[in-house]
Amino acid sequence: MPDISRPFLSVENLTVNFPTPDGIVHATESLSYTLERGKTLGIVGESGSGKSVSSSAILGLHRYSNAIVSGQIWLDGTDLLQISDNDMRLKRGKEVAMIFQDPLSALHPYYRVGDQIAEAYRAHNTVTKKAARARTIEMLARVGIPQPDRRVDDYPHQFSGGMRQRVMIAMALINDPTLLIADEPTTALDVTVQAQILDLLQDLQREFNTALIMITHDLGVIAEVADDVLVMYAGRAVEYGSARALLTKPSMPYTWGLIQSVPDVTGPVDRPLRPIPGSPPSLVQPPAGCAFFGRCAFSSLVPGDRCAHELPELLPIEAGHLKRCHLEDVSVMYAESVEADRVDTATVEAGAH
Amino acid sequence: MAAPLLEVKDLVMHFPVKSRGVISQTLGQVKAVDGISFTLNAGQSLGLVGESGCGKTTTGRLITRLHKPTSGQILFEGEDIANASPRQLKPIRRDIQMIFQDPYTSLNPRQTVGEIIGAPLVIHNLVPKNKRLARVQELLEIVGLSPEHYNRYPHEFSGGQRQRIGIARALTLQPKVLVADEPVSALDVSIQAQVINLMQDLQKEFNIAFLFIAHDLAIVRHFCPEIAVMYLGKIVEQAPREQLYSAPKHPYTKALLSAAPDIQQVIAGGRRERIRLTGDVPSPINPPSGCPFRTRCWKAQDICATMPPPLEPKGGAGIVACHFPENTSPEDANTPVSTARNAA
Repeated sequence: MPDISRPFLSVENLTVNFPTPDGIVHATESLSYTLERGKTLGIVGESGSGKSVSSSAILGLHRYSNAIVSGQIWLDGTDLLQISDNDMRLKRGKEVAMIFQDPLSALHPYYRVGDQIAEAYRAHNTVTKKAARARTIEMLARVGIPQPDRRVDDYPHQFSGGMRQRVMIAMALINDPTLLIADEPTTALDVTVQAQILDLLQDLQREFNTALIMITHDLGVIAEVADDVLVMYAGRAVEYGSARALLTKPSMPYTWGLIQSVPDVTGPVDRPLRPIPGSPPSLVQPPAGCAFFGRCAFSSLVPGDRCAHELPELLPIEAGHLKRCHLEDVSVMYAESVEADRVDTATVEAGAH
Repeated sequence: MAAPLLEVKDLVMHFPVKSRGVISQTLGQVKAVDGISFTLNAGQSLGLVGESGCGKTTTGRLITRLHKPTSGQILFEGEDIANASPRQLKPIRRDIQMIFQDPYTSLNPRQTVGEIIGAPLVIHNLVPKNKRLARVQELLEIVGLSPEHYNRYPHEFSGGQRQRIGIARALTLQPKVLVADEPVSALDVSIQAQVINLMQDLQKEFNIAFLFIAHDLAIVRHFCPEIAVMYLGKIVEQAPREQLYSAPKHPYTKALLSAAPDIQQVIAGGRRERIRLTGDVPSPINPPSGCPFRTRCWKAQDICATMPPPLEPKGGAGIVACHFPENTSPEDANTPVSTARNAA
């Protein structure tokens, strides 16, 4: 029986560690979030922040690797980390599906796209080849591929980048999954094609009432599609809240820094870019205090070196908006952005090494 | 006014498509760059934007003469280098350098940073051997890396630092023109701004002209006062950034801008209407007759199929190649972009 008290997807204290010869890589540390059907969660972070690792854990992709996974992943009342490999296999691709970043490397070059999509369907449904093919053509049409009855027999190299990503989406959606994870689905695409794909994903989400996790490093994409946003840094959630609250009132200096460091297509032309100095810390020996300490412009305002020695907890600042930061008065960040004095990043970065 | 530093006239690059077999036949031409012209003055930045396959990278590679153009002129300080021989090109290569997109594949993993940055000095034999190290260290310092790191290998650096190494290598010979082909698109967002600011500082300090090639409209807007939009090997609109972004004239520019995700818009309130471009960019082997954009354009009429629109001024600054341009009256030019979009 599904547990009605729990949200549709509830990730609780998820930790993923990878033992390596250099030590344990703490890829994701006690991550928790929830997601309801029909809603979109955006996960933002830079390379190595743990955003992809935490999402592949939902699909159980770490079961056959040396990763050490702990915590709970409740999907519709079932803890995905507790079920058998076979049960997970029955859910993977059916209830939970994933769209990968690079459609060229995610599609097999030797097989026709139709056969690859039909394989996903036949893995979970006992149907004839003919019925699977009909369903494949239907899905290709649904994701906007012209002449689907002919393109079904083409090979991946015969499709453009945007069309390949549509093929990936058709494959992910063929079993009507209730949870869809899109890992940087538009990063490899041009803006016009990106807009088409984002529109398509949102249309399909509305149609099938899918819960969508959108992993990206592009805050613009988040602004377009996400209901809630989770910002990750060095394996941990550092800010979590509604997209609107998070973009208009970022409360963790890292989120604020990300917004400050990207130019935009509207607004004043000569707004100086304020980069975040330095680079992210090692995940093998994570710092004792806040992982963002050293790159943060506001840690000096926190009394008593707390940022260097004490890991801040993820605490609510208002209903549904959490941050992991010792800084209490966030208004100093906004005052700073008005002054617009540019940090000499070159020297800061050189000094960090 | 003095002659421009770099002037490109009717530049064309057609790559032949050949059949396989013992006797290869030319089946067609990929019209990567199909007659473009622009000028670049000393210390200025020109942005080239467009979707993949529009010919912006080929343009950059023609100017650095990594390709030999099919026809047209590339005038550098008044001298046509379009057909120059490798021997004639060698001194010019000092003045026109390139920053590559991918900092992981554009640095030789088996060479130290010192060897990579010092290579241009060896090739052009400009600095005596015993002074090379000093110059390399000076360059490392200029791009914000520690001078003592000259003995390290590329894999010991992060993506942003590698791109700094690529920039240092391009600066070694004190070029007058830098072609930057997607210099930050491979970097994380928080690192992009560091590299952009570095390039802007260097431009001011050394008076370098940038041809800045990118698909990220926001970054191009930030970096370049003048921007050219390319589509299927042609420039379809070129204008100062203020005008291009607030009152785009070519329907393609308008569609491109409306597709770009924008945080500020969401912060300001509400999501805006997007112009949905249907279909893909047509093949550059067999581009549409007349206007190349007509197959995806919502304003296309019969004339667009028969007559290629000339690239010419249509009110306001800048030039546009369209029979039915938008935002042509002077009032439109002052309308903020959001209201212009709502009206559309």
